[in-house]
Amino acid sequence: MSGHPSTYEPKYAATKWMDQRLPIIRMGADFMTFPSPRNLNYWWTFGGILALCLVSQIITGIILAMHYVPHIDHAFDSVQRIKRDVPYGWLLQPMHAVGASMFFLAVYVHMLRGLYYGSYKAPRELLWIIGCLIYLIMMATGFLGYTLPWGQMSFWGATVITGFFGAVPVVGESLQQWLLGGYAVDNATLNRFFALHYLLPFVIAALVGLHVWALHHAGQNNPIGITPKTKQDTLAFHPFYTVKDGFAVCVFLLIFAFFVFYQPDALGHADNYIRADAMKTPPHIVPEWYFLPFYAILRAVPDKLAGILLMVGAIAVLFVLPWLDTSKVRSMRFRPVARRFFYVFLVMCFILGWCGAETPDNIAFPFGTNDAGEKVGLSFYRLSQIATIYYFAFFLIILPVLGLTERPKDRPESITKAVLGGHKGAAAPAE
Amino acid sequence: MAFSKTLKVLLVGGVSLAGLTFGATTIASAAGGGGTGDYEMVHKHWHFKGMGGTYDRAAAQRGYQVYREVCSSCHALEQLAFRHLGDKGAPFYNEDYKNPNENPLIKAFAADWTIEDIDADTGDVLERPGITADKFPPIYPNDAAARAGNGGALPPDLSTIVAARNGGADYLYNLLIAYDAKKPDDVTLTPGLYYNPVMDGGKIAMASPLSDGIIEYAPMEVYEDGEIKTVAAPEATVEQMAADVTEFLAWSSDPKLEQRKQAGFATMLYLLILSVLLWFSYKRVWKNVKH
Repeated sequence: MSGHPSTYEPKYAATKWMDQRLPIIRMGADFMTFPSPRNLNYWWTFGGILALCLVSQIITGIILAMHYVPHIDHAFDSVQRIKRDVPYGWLLQPMHAVGASMFFLAVYVHMLRGLYYGSYKAPRELLWIIGCLIYLIMMATGFLGYTLPWGQMSFWGATVITGFFGAVPVVGESLQQWLLGGYAVDNATLNRFFALHYLLPFVIAALVGLHVWALHHAGQNNPIGITPKTKQDTLAFHPFYTVKDGFAVCVFLLIFAFFVFYQPDALGHADNYIRADAMKTPPHIVPEWYFLPFYAILRAVPDKLAGILLMVGAIAVLFVLPWLDTSKVRSMRFRPVARRFFYVFLVMCFILGWCGAETPDNIAFPFGTNDAGEKVGLSFYRLSQIATIYYFAFFLIILPVLGLTERPKDRPESITKAVLGGHKGAAAPAE
Repeated sequence: MAFSKTLKVLLVGGVSLAGLTFGATTIASAAGGGGTGDYEMVHKHWHFKGMGGTYDRAAAQRGYQVYREVCSSCHALEQLAFRHLGDKGAPFYNEDYKNPNENPLIKAFAADWTIEDIDADTGDVLERPGITADKFPPIYPNDAAARAGNGGALPPDLSTIVAARNGGADYLYNLLIAYDAKKPDDVTLTPGLYYNPVMDGGKIAMASPLSDGIIEYAPMEVYEDGEIKTVAAPEATVEQMAADVTEFLAWSSDPKLEQRKQAGFATMLYLLILSVLLWFSYKRVWKNVKH
């Protein structure tokens, strides 16, 4: 990968032979010596954590696919068989199911880190866009995978989500039927969902390759957003960041393991332990927690098509973020006003998630009771509208305007200066 | 400075963990049907809860008896085979018979059921006693027959019932003991429906299945910690039977719980030690490196 001059020198005949033909060892060596900003904090460890999540999902997924039966008459039972009779199936199945949640948890932290520290700004626009694309395909993969156990929530979730496509003007109905392979979610749907669920992770893996390539070309952003200028500003990736990432990965795995071994069902829905029944709609159809904010945006307007456009827009807006934020300053550390809006944005995202889990007509914040003795107050419906407006305003109004009006704080000249607090003479470590 | 950073990371990790758990429970309770009337849910301390929780073997064994003598007249256990009863972590596990197919107790349980099969010579349908490899048989030949026999209601499969209900074991236990609760005036019952405050809307198609003394418990031999202990028979009250059958069905929903928790303890311990070692490696590698 480009970005820094290679210092690798093959020592043995075999490695020399390799180096002249396919310099893959050189690539790995350059990866290890890649100069990384010396001030990266723990928020930067989530890239490595995500790579691990992807690998874990693919490995557990392939093994599960060897035992899973993608047929509406057998899918539910085959998942039960995996959990009851397949050797270590009791471990692999929750690893995969909880793994999806952990993957999304990590990707949200990773994205919010990028948002806070301005990692989408030049020259990292493509890096960010590839990341958005990965996230989009992750959402598709997560949704497709949730259909496979063929429980009640699998079936009805798939029915609701594919129903969105029916709302597209003119071609909607044909599009929906083409997607389902019929008029309703049925065996053809399950078969293609399984095929696509197996395919997409490899598309993600390929995009991750591009993501890492772009990262190594543009170099990592860092908490102060100042581009490294001298050799002193950086440290070799190994051992400095391998050990730091390793520690963070291990702590993350502790959380992961807690859910897998002690709360494997906490992040799912009880309804999915009931076999799918096309004749019986569950009282509440709720998506997985990682889709809840978007589900709330979808339901924030009474019109179905408008809701879908908003939901799509909520993700689409991320793709153009590099051109919406007009500020030249990357890190919000030096943008006191933007930082406050960012924290409100964070709170709004949680509120959207909360709204997505609740029935819209229920009261979120009661003010009192009316004459009939019913609670009155701010309903989840109104609350989700407020949060949706803020979500879009943050990207479409606040960031574009702030970049022009906000006066950023003074920034340090370099990473080294920031780290050493101006004492430039302090001893620099050997790399 | 570096240490406080780590604290921050642990804090963030802890908060997100708490948030996830809280979120999950909120969703679960939001989706959970509210009871009706004044009934107050009894929250039992289940033996299998908590980080080191295991199934109460004696209770689960009695629970199987309740299932066999009461529930199984309508409800199936689709996902279970007889051999599962004698697996490691199961109610009737016995270390002398690590292969449950050799366990005489399991063989006897299987033989107690009639299994429909095909005569290999004639192709005729025949009935034979069950063997350990058989799955628990369906109670009704099909859903239509099940509905016809139950006033239009379909008795749900019980093998995953504890996992399939918000509230889990507490839900099932309360459902079974709550039939005596006083019906509020705004719940109107049509023939064939009964009042049960734990159900959504307070209506259930199953008549109260348990009554005091409906079955008789016998003292039982329970294999625990490498030896066989005799457990005296408790009185078969509604509460006792409800708790026992719930223990059995909780195992049926999550039969690998004990293995999972054991492996979990080892895994978490390993990760914890590795985290500490990596933390010290990190401190060592970054020694004298300002960042």
